[in-house]
Amino acid sequence: MGLATRLVVQRLALGLLLLLAVSVLIFAGTQILPGDVAQSILGQSATPEALENLRRDMGLNEPAVTRYFTWLGGALTGDLGTALTSGADISEAIGARLGNTLFLAGVAAVIAIPLAILLGLIAVRFRERWPDKLISGVTLASISLPEFFIGYVLILIFAVKLRWLPPLATVYDGMPFGERLTLVLLPAITLTMVVLAHMMRMTRAAILNVMQSAYIETAELKGLSGFQVIARHAFPNAIAPIVNVVMLNLAYLIVGVVVVEVVFAYPGMGQYLVDHVSKRDVPVVQASGLIFAAVYIGLNMVADIVSILANPRLRHPK
Amino acid sequence: MTDSLVKIRGLKIGATVYPPGEKPHDIEIVHGVDFDLEKGKVLGLIGESGAGKSTIGLATMAYGRGGVELTGGEVWVNGRDILKTSVKDLRRLRGTEVTYVSQSAAASFNPAKKIMDQVIEAAISQGKFSKKDAEARAVELFRKLGLPDPDNIGSRYPHQVSGGQLQRCMTALALCPEPDLVVFDEPTTALDVTTQIDVLMAIKEAIRDTGVAALYITHDLAVVAQVSDDIMVLKMGDTVEYGSVDQIINNPQEDYTKALVSVRSSEHPEKPPTTEPVLKCEHITARYKGTNFDVLHDVNVELRPGQTLAVVGESGSGKSTLARVITGLLPPRDGRIEFDGRELSRDMASRSREDLRELQMIYQMADVAMNPRQTVGTIIGRPLEFYFGLKGAEKRKRIIELLDEIEMGVEFIDRYPAELSGGQKQRVCIARALAAKPKLIICDEVTSALDPLVAEEILNLLLNLQEIEDVAYLFITHDLATVKAIADSIAVMYQGNLVRYGTKTEVLSPPFDDYTDLLLSSVPEMRLGWLEEVIANRKMESAGN
Amino acid sequence: MMKIPLAAMIGLIFTASYFLVAIFAPFLAPYGMAEVVGGVWEPMSAKHWLGTDNIGRDLLSRMIYGGRTTIFIATAATLVSFTTGSVLGFTAAVIGGWVDQAMSRFVDLIMSIPTLIFALVVLSVMPVTIPMLIIVMGLLDATRVYRLSRAVAVDINVMDFVEAAKLRGEGRAWIIFREILPNALSPLVAEMGLRFIFMVLFVSTLSFLGLGVQPPEADWGGIVKENKDGIVWGIGAALWPAVAIATLAISVNLVADWVLNRTTSLKGGRG
Repeated sequence: MGLATRLVVQRLALGLLLLLAVSVLIFAGTQILPGDVAQSILGQSATPEALENLRRDMGLNEPAVTRYFTWLGGALTGDLGTALTSGADISEAIGARLGNTLFLAGVAAVIAIPLAILLGLIAVRFRERWPDKLISGVTLASISLPEFFIGYVLILIFAVKLRWLPPLATVYDGMPFGERLTLVLLPAITLTMVVLAHMMRMTRAAILNVMQSAYIETAELKGLSGFQVIARHAFPNAIAPIVNVVMLNLAYLIVGVVVVEVVFAYPGMGQYLVDHVSKRDVPVVQASGLIFAAVYIGLNMVADIVSILANPRLRHPK
Repeated sequence: MTDSLVKIRGLKIGATVYPPGEKPHDIEIVHGVDFDLEKGKVLGLIGESGAGKSTIGLATMAYGRGGVELTGGEVWVNGRDILKTSVKDLRRLRGTEVTYVSQSAAASFNPAKKIMDQVIEAAISQGKFSKKDAEARAVELFRKLGLPDPDNIGSRYPHQVSGGQLQRCMTALALCPEPDLVVFDEPTTALDVTTQIDVLMAIKEAIRDTGVAALYITHDLAVVAQVSDDIMVLKMGDTVEYGSVDQIINNPQEDYTKALVSVRSSEHPEKPPTTEPVLKCEHITARYKGTNFDVLHDVNVELRPGQTLAVVGESGSGKSTLARVITGLLPPRDGRIEFDGRELSRDMASRSREDLRELQMIYQMADVAMNPRQTVGTIIGRPLEFYFGLKGAEKRKRIIELLDEIEMGVEFIDRYPAELSGGQKQRVCIARALAAKPKLIICDEVTSALDPLVAEEILNLLLNLQEIEDVAYLFITHDLATVKAIADSIAVMYQGNLVRYGTKTEVLSPPFDDYTDLLLSSVPEMRLGWLEEVIANRKMESAGN
Repeated sequence: MMKIPLAAMIGLIFTASYFLVAIFAPFLAPYGMAEVVGGVWEPMSAKHWLGTDNIGRDLLSRMIYGGRTTIFIATAATLVSFTTGSVLGFTAAVIGGWVDQAMSRFVDLIMSIPTLIFALVVLSVMPVTIPMLIIVMGLLDATRVYRLSRAVAVDINVMDFVEAAKLRGEGRAWIIFREILPNALSPLVAEMGLRFIFMVLFVSTLSFLGLGVQPPEADWGGIVKENKDGIVWGIGAALWPAVAIATLAISVNLVADWVLNRTTSLKGGRG
């Protein structure tokens, strides 16, 4: 058990190190780059006194390293500072919005994952025949579509023409779960379509890879039924690559959520980030960027750890 | 005929091929083959690659691999034509009547499941044995096949046992459901020669003790002669000759069979040691970057101009590492290399162009030793241009001369490597080496990826060229038959050490050290009863067991 | 002589016509880019083939000019990404050692942040201008090109024919340009197509979010943003640019697929 444990611990440590490096990168990207933050907030017409006051309030006169550690220390204790534009507490604002985003992403994942695996299995089962070709044609098309296109087409069909679902997903605190689910359905379907193609293609490839192994031939030559071959021999080896695929696509979903939230005016992290980028509200951008990166790094890390744990060579060393 | 277990009549097998840039189309790869196999007998199927032998073997299980389809004829097993039977009956046939042992047990075992579960799976799924009985039978088979710790080896995972052991486990897997027929598809080809002999003996005894019939498929006639009752020689999907093992080995009728029987018997008269050596390796010790053990310990060898030194050993012996050290790709930790009277720099990067020119190399895999985007003309022409500054018509003339030397015509000059056969590719690589007019060519397993007859042609070509060009060869190989055919002196390597070294006569004459004895005795000989003799007379257990 | 399959042919024709329209936009567009020529969201008519937009500009003209901007930015960013990524990738593969380690770890770091998020973070402090967009998009995407070209070059670098060339005494230039590059070209060209599509989607997304090309300059993502409110009234003006993006992306994909398949078949299926 030693080897696998050691690799998992190493991977965890790498994840933390990466997160730390990313925090440096985000901080440096927003603070040390040319261009004065205070200037860009107040605009060209600002008076020197106003600029100086803002710089002092933001701590811009401190050395960058000091500012970084103050910021990081705050972030670690849950204090992300206050927004420049509204003066609101960032941690508080993010708390509610992160919940909304995770809810949306969760609903999308619940629809997308089983569907992608099912379609992947169908594509493998009918490999090189019309269901496979149809699926790969549709996925090729959907990879080429921008997220907002899918969103607006869905709104046009289901909200405007058919009037089945509301066009905007303006949820608020304390909304009953059922109502919230109805509102979130259209954006979730949009997100599903965004990740479905990748997830299905990768699932298909992962299963095909396993099905072409010599040990599958051995199993067939033992006279096992098609179901037995898949259940006993293909599945145990395909599960790890599939989990990996799912995790990588959930990470991809995190990016898709930004655009989809804007399309549906959904009050989540994505919209929050985009709003404050245009307002050039640096503390908010830093905080949201760090959270997006942390989720992304975390999901990738889980994917890697699953592969380590599923590898029999590592689980049962010589 | 009445109690024949397998009866095959007019078997035709087709496949769909997908040539690049063309529409997929169907071709026939086996053109009507007949044979019978009685209970408890062993039939050897022998042929070079493309002969259709594996495909025929799998046909006895009504199985087509990849795009292969059984297109015509009859395959009778236990009294019914299995090409016409139901799917359910076919599953029963595959699980309990006919079983299969593949060339690569490492790939054929499911990495995620324990060996025992896989060995007994067919017998249990088909309801032939209870789990307890099947396990008991498996342990008994493990013991019979000479596996260490037979009671517990089943609880290991496939990657936890060695290649030779896994090949035996695969044999146990095939024998566990008490089948009537086992198809052995090159079961020892991937193994080292000293391991092969043990696995071969284990298989032979298992066949004898269980009374099972077998189809033994291989490209090595000497191997099949040890285990078979009858032999069928195949070529390009047709039967060339079919008879008893005694008739095929001792009295072959067809030219092709005669060629296969005599293929490994050519002997090369040894040249006497002359003058100063062209290559002198002194106290060579080497290790790979990032490791903490030496893969070569204090190796000393010499090679005379125009002669051949064969470096023999199994995988892990360090023989290829020696080649890398001499070429300067892996600078040695210790020792010196003298070449043509001058000391060679240890690192390739600091050698002169003249040093590089006079020391050329030919690789095992001709496929990847040539840039697929360059034509034969460019490949052979580059050293001419690079070392001698030849250009235009002069260069072309020399390329044609070289093509002529390797017995290929001028029409090959504009072809790409992908358009050549395996033997032709290796010839082009030889021409590329010769183009530099070297004093020494290092040949790294240059014939081991080739079919026996093609390999023999390449060896003869190399010997002829040695006469013409007066070039020395450092010939790295695992195959002692090749050594006998080409060497003047021999170095035997084992786990990074030089265990025996001298002229061919010295090295191949007794008294032997234990390892050389094992290695020499493990090379299959083209005569009946050889296997039993060897096993009875051995002094040392095989290395990679 | 060389047979082009139907799908690739269609892809090639569409891709070429998009580029031609982009180049000759001023001659093809019936009206000026920012010219108000009619009412708000007029339907399709002989006068305005695609109708008019949210403030009464001719939508077809805006689409043509917008395509010009989008395709120009995407092409320029692809070039930045490709030259930077492939040069650094090949260098890392051939030199190896700590240079390779340092560059690869840095790329790992950049790639551990989703590209869109990283771009948003950077654009929150940088002026949003077209050259800035090209540089930010190009450099962020160069990480992917770096990974691919490094991987391809590392694979080829260990082949026996490259070793043979090194043993012959060939210089580094010959090894990179004559031995490695010809074998790496096809996968890289195919990847170039995919990177271009990604750039089109990327710049459109940024503009849609209001962080890309700034009005009144037209680009496809921006046109979607301008007209998105019409969707709720059943007005599909915002969908035209999306259709344009999708067809361009699919066409380039078809061409890239074909290039990739040609590569594998040339290798004779030996990987």
